[in-house]
Amino acid sequence: MNLLFSIGIQCVQSILLIAIAPLLIGWIAQNHAWLSNKTGAGLAQPYRNLHKLFLKETVLAKNASVLFRSAPYIYFAAMCSITLIIPVFWSHLVFSDIADVVALLGLFALARIFLALAAMDVGTAFGSMGARRGMLISFLAEPAFLMVFFNLALMNHSTSLTQIVTTLLAHPFAINPSLAFAAIAFFMVLLAENARIPVDNPTTHLELTMIHEAMVLEYSGRHLALIEWGNHLKLLNYFAIAIDLFCPWGITNTPQMTALISAIPIFIFKLLVLGSSLSLFEALTAKVRLFRAPEFLTSAFILAILGVLIQLLVMG
Amino acid sequence: MDSVIQQLIHFFSALMLLLNFSMLAQRRVLALIRLLALQGLVLSMNIGCIAYASSLPEFYISLILTLVLKVWLIPFILHRLLIKLGMQGKIELIINLPSILLIGLALVIFAFALSASFAQNRTNHLALALASVLISSFMLIIKRKAISQVISILALENSLFFVVSSSTYGMSLVVELGIAFDVLIGLFIFGIFFLRIRENFESLDVKHLEQLREE
Amino acid sequence: MFIACLLFIPLLSAIFLAFLGTRPVAAKANVIASALSFMSALGLAAQMKRQKIALLGHDWFYVDYLSVFLIIITTFIGFTTAIFSVRYLINEQKTRKLTRKKLRFYYSLYQFFFFAALLILVTNNLGVLWVAMECATLITVLLVGLYHIPQSLEAAWKYLILCGFGLAQALLGTILFYVAAETLSSSHNMLLWTELRAASTHLSPHMINIAFVFIVVGYGTKAGFVPLHNWLPDVYGESIASVLPLLSGVLLNLAFYAILRFKLIVDGATTHEFSNHLLQGFGLLNIIIAAFFLLRQREIKRLFAYSSIEHIGLISFAFGLDSSLALFAGLLHMMSHSLVKSAAFFSAGQAIQVRGSLFLDNIKGLSRDYPALGWGLLLSGFSLIGLPPSAMFTSEFLIIFSAIKEHPGLAIPFIIGLSIAFAAILFRVQNMVFGEKDYPLTLRATQLSLFPIYIHLALIIGLGLMIPIVFVQWNEQIIQLMGNFLWR
Repeated sequence: MNLLFSIGIQCVQSILLIAIAPLLIGWIAQNHAWLSNKTGAGLAQPYRNLHKLFLKETVLAKNASVLFRSAPYIYFAAMCSITLIIPVFWSHLVFSDIADVVALLGLFALARIFLALAAMDVGTAFGSMGARRGMLISFLAEPAFLMVFFNLALMNHSTSLTQIVTTLLAHPFAINPSLAFAAIAFFMVLLAENARIPVDNPTTHLELTMIHEAMVLEYSGRHLALIEWGNHLKLLNYFAIAIDLFCPWGITNTPQMTALISAIPIFIFKLLVLGSSLSLFEALTAKVRLFRAPEFLTSAFILAILGVLIQLLVMG
Repeated sequence: MDSVIQQLIHFFSALMLLLNFSMLAQRRVLALIRLLALQGLVLSMNIGCIAYASSLPEFYISLILTLVLKVWLIPFILHRLLIKLGMQGKIELIINLPSILLIGLALVIFAFALSASFAQNRTNHLALALASVLISSFMLIIKRKAISQVISILALENSLFFVVSSSTYGMSLVVELGIAFDVLIGLFIFGIFFLRIRENFESLDVKHLEQLREE
Repeated sequence: MFIACLLFIPLLSAIFLAFLGTRPVAAKANVIASALSFMSALGLAAQMKRQKIALLGHDWFYVDYLSVFLIIITTFIGFTTAIFSVRYLINEQKTRKLTRKKLRFYYSLYQFFFFAALLILVTNNLGVLWVAMECATLITVLLVGLYHIPQSLEAAWKYLILCGFGLAQALLGTILFYVAAETLSSSHNMLLWTELRAASTHLSPHMINIAFVFIVVGYGTKAGFVPLHNWLPDVYGESIASVLPLLSGVLLNLAFYAILRFKLIVDGATTHEFSNHLLQGFGLLNIIIAAFFLLRQREIKRLFAYSSIEHIGLISFAFGLDSSLALFAGLLHMMSHSLVKSAAFFSAGQAIQVRGSLFLDNIKGLSRDYPALGWGLLLSGFSLIGLPPSAMFTSEFLIIFSAIKEHPGLAIPFIIGLSIAFAAILFRVQNMVFGEKDYPLTLRATQLSLFPIYIHLALIIGLGLMIPIVFVQWNEQIIQLMGNFLWR
């Protein structure tokens, strides 16, 4: 009974996350519009986009291989499986024993690899350019990402997300400088991986300035829909990880109905706040030139390592 | 000391180190001056914590002194000087930024190792403060313009003051007054020299200041 | 009472001269003020003979034999340099662009410098020591940049930045000493030297050693220790010759004095080995590097600047050897180096004035046109490189003797360095004093200021021939202060 209940909660969490991912993107875009004193397209616009894309015909190049055709599915599937690992309302997930933070990283890498390979598969110039740029950014962001996780693993003596959340929930609120450093580093990595300003402009239509968009230029129809949804889901996953690592209050340790139900609005609220702050940050910053992106990511890496050092040597 | 105060002091030490790194990486001169003012603010908040914890009057005096001098007066003078000289641009770096950051990281590790060997119970702030001092010293050699050398010496003084203020009794007021006075006089002299260097060399790039050698 | 005199006379005369400075009587006032300082120093010495060690003014001031020794040297050099400045600056006004407004600047800064210098020597508080050292540095920066030409600006800028950096490291060292000691006492102010010295056996040796390294690097920048000596030749090359005795005869000694004070604390906390090796190492490095640079010099003031670097290396090496003979030699060397170097700069400055150029190749035949000046330069050059009967010969001989006794291997680079310096300076000085070249006559021989040169030379040769008993007894007291070793 208990097992069935847990699996049920797991599925509910997963479905919820997959469902509200486009809503999050819509919220961010709406905030952008409000900040620019425009009306905006409405919160449901991403849903309408996805709907339109699913109904359209999928056009493939003649030399597109199996890799090209299956990459969107693998990408989307990887993102969905990540939603199974991140605790959102309840800290003890059924599948948390299968994967810890390093495996999380591996799943992100899996998704990224397939997308990059598929971009190079068809042989267009922009595809390989986008793939190379995307891999540069990801390759530099990965050490920083890993260091943030190591920081938290050091603090909580485990690399499993469940353990991390439980330990953090047990501590009283403390001003922890290494956590602060890790948080800043994580946000820098978030911006880089999700193709946000200051690393990449998600709304650009100039191919030479694209990093992530250039990888998916050849896709259309349902493939593009899956990739877009995967992108939305990726941002939601990153936000969920951020909430787990840096402000997990509201997540329950016990599977009581009342606690679980009350955890949902807390989570949604945190998402909204994060979305608005991301939008504000994007409005205030400009995109950096491509060759400055490695400097941006090195700074993230340095911050993360500083956090680890402070944790190791100073906080006992 | 109260544990909240302890945590705050740890936090401020880490913030100091972060600000030093940002100054290392920053290229725009006006942003550097703002970061310097921010450092002064963190320093004053640290002194404020200590003053609250120990409630000796001389800490409050030193708090006011630091606030007035380091958060307002010195950045203000520098800002005016730069606007007057028209030097609001960017400072080039000698080597590229990622290498600079990695060398800075190596210095931090060295400082942590050094203070870990002291084995006293105050290693926390000492480690971070020592790291801040080393980073500001590194900043002195890494940039090309004369103004950045002035700013890095001021950042060095800020970090040193941080080390002092984290110790239990602080230095006596006379010494702090003397140091503050020296810094101010030094700043005036810097200003005078900027104007003269500008008149004579038409630029504040350090490569003009390398003419004296053995020939 | 004498300490108050020592501090207030320069301070008040500085303020007085700031108002008075443009009139010709300012030069004489400067001389009188310096003379009064010197007399208070002598009075203080007499008082010390009766009282031994004085801790005054609620523990703010502390004088012992070492400080009084340096106070006498400092005030004497101040006095003779003030006498020198009178005629020298009149000549400078004729030959170069020294305006009368700058004279006011010069005189009041001169007295301010001595205020800062004497404060360094009488204070008990290590923080005040740092503040006064920084003050003295800033004052000399202004004095160096007196001529607004590009080269002197560059020299002053290098000086400012490098010494600013060095003094920041010294401040860090001071703070580390303070932090190391502060867990020991709850009420005493641990910045006081006497307290630190008394508590030195309880300090953790490792931390003290690291703090001492910062001190040596920091104050060593001011003293001219080798990797950080870059400002010295440029600054000496570009400043007025009447400021140079202050820089080389006074400031270098003061920086080394600061290192010595900290060394006394370190020697209490741990064995003497670490601090001795550090000082010996820097000393030898200075001697070797300066010797090789001396061969390449083209300008006269830079030549003597590198010679100063070498002699500070000698002093550091002597104090690093740490036997009673070496300590005596080190103290003797501090005194004689200040006197000889000042005499050398007095002569060199006027040589530049009469020949109109500072390049060594352009200054020739001094003994033909200005015999007194030429012989002054020759004798000070000879005394500098250590020919007998100068006191430098005595001190160098004693140092070599000690070195061969303790660490024979170290004596070899020492001797090599000294020999190279000997050859370089001898060659250059001879070329300047003898030799034939035609020059337009710019100044008459009677307009030169020769009295200070010869007073210094007389003292040096007198010290070389016969060291007075008073001096020996004084130094014995100092050596006892530096404590804990066997008489050799």
